[in-house]
Amino acid sequence: MKRLRLDPIACDGHGLCAELFPEGITLDDWGYPIVDGSDISGKLERQAKRAVAACPTRALHLEAAER
Amino acid sequence: MSAAAVETGWALPRLLTGIRSDRALTLAEHTATFGPLVRRRDLIETVARAGLHGRGGAAFPTARKLSAVVEQRGEPVVVVNAAEGEPASSKDRALIRLTPHLVLDGAALVADAIGAKHVVVVIAENARPEHHALAQALRERRGAFEIATVPAGFVSGEETALIQAIEGRPAKPTLKPPYPFERGYLVQNAETLAHVALIGRHGAQWFRSAGTHEAPGTALISLSGAVAQPGVHEIELGATLADVVASLGGTNEPVSAFLVAGFFGRWVTARDAASLELTASTLGAGVIVAHPARACPIAETARIARYLAGESAGQCGPCVYGLDAIVGALESLARRDSDAPLAVSRLERWTAQVRGRGACRHPDGAARLVASALDAFPAEIARLARR
Repeated sequence: MKRLRLDPIACDGHGLCAELFPEGITLDDWGYPIVDGSDISGKLERQAKRAVAACPTRALHLEAAER
Repeated sequence: MSAAAVETGWALPRLLTGIRSDRALTLAEHTATFGPLVRRRDLIETVARAGLHGRGGAAFPTARKLSAVVEQRGEPVVVVNAAEGEPASSKDRALIRLTPHLVLDGAALVADAIGAKHVVVVIAENARPEHHALAQALRERRGAFEIATVPAGFVSGEETALIQAIEGRPAKPTLKPPYPFERGYLVQNAETLAHVALIGRHGAQWFRSAGTHEAPGTALISLSGAVAQPGVHEIELGATLADVVASLGGTNEPVSAFLVAGFFGRWVTARDAASLELTASTLGAGVIVAHPARACPIAETARIARYLAGESAGQCGPCVYGLDAIVGALESLARRDSDAPLAVSRLERWTAQVRGRGACRHPDGAARLVASALDAFPAEIARLARR
């Protein structure tokens, strides 16, 4: 199981992640991502990886979910 | 003094015993007042049995923090947090200025307990009398203590910001994890350590002989606003807010509400003050401000929120833009301008949106205070929002 983790200091609110992975990321009223911290598996993991790769400031990370 | 303290024979004050108003107790006076420092092998266990919680705002169990540092590899560093960025708080500065050896004793005890050889005492850059008292006190005792300063300001006192400053970087919060204990630092509030100094001397049972079973011990409060005796006072935990204020001379004009714990705290109406029990959690950083009934609490909340928005380290978008938007909505409500009718729904939405969205808890604290205003002053808000 994996989980998304956002570094809010690095994030500049480009918003690409929310376009690429709307199932797990929405934007707030100022365009900054709200990351759903739930476990990600299977097909969604591919989408999450694309969102991570697309982030221009490398603020988004896919990490092993802590038990 | 409350009845409980009389029955058990332990009079207050504890931390403020023997203080003078004009200068710090010297080491000789300190030792004459409190007795010599007692080092004990079972310090962490004793602090756990005492039920001491941190007095910097978060009220984390002190013994758990100590144990977490012990479990890490390497030699840890003790950081005494006396930066006190909270504008309505003055208790930590008072301790450093008037009874610095009590804080330093506590720091020495926890350093022993976790195997630390170095202690860094952090104060605000502009805290000159405190710097003087501390430097004087350090000349009187042995041990590897040093003084570090951070820019005065709300966020500088946040624990990761302190560590950044100690390591020579700008005093701004960093993302957690890694937590300070994982980086080899034990960060403890100055008052917390002063309590440890006395728990070391007198033990857990003594500590618990003040306060209640659920809220043991004493705490320092910074009392201000419409009160007869503003200033730093020591109180027994477990009493209600109303009783504490009354025991300290009461209010000096009609009061509609109290700001409790600090700018990250919450509004408690004068009516609810009779049922609010003051514990380490509800007291937070120990701030109590009595708000006069003649002044608008929403305008005051807007003023505090404006301050907090300005104190953002400016690193995280939701904090920068979210707090600014929240301030705008509050000001619009206080002014009764054309956006006032929309303010409540905006404030509910935005205070929820910013929570948990920063590297540190700055947006959460500001949102909590604003949300508490929505709960505490519904009639006032309805009047302001009416077209």
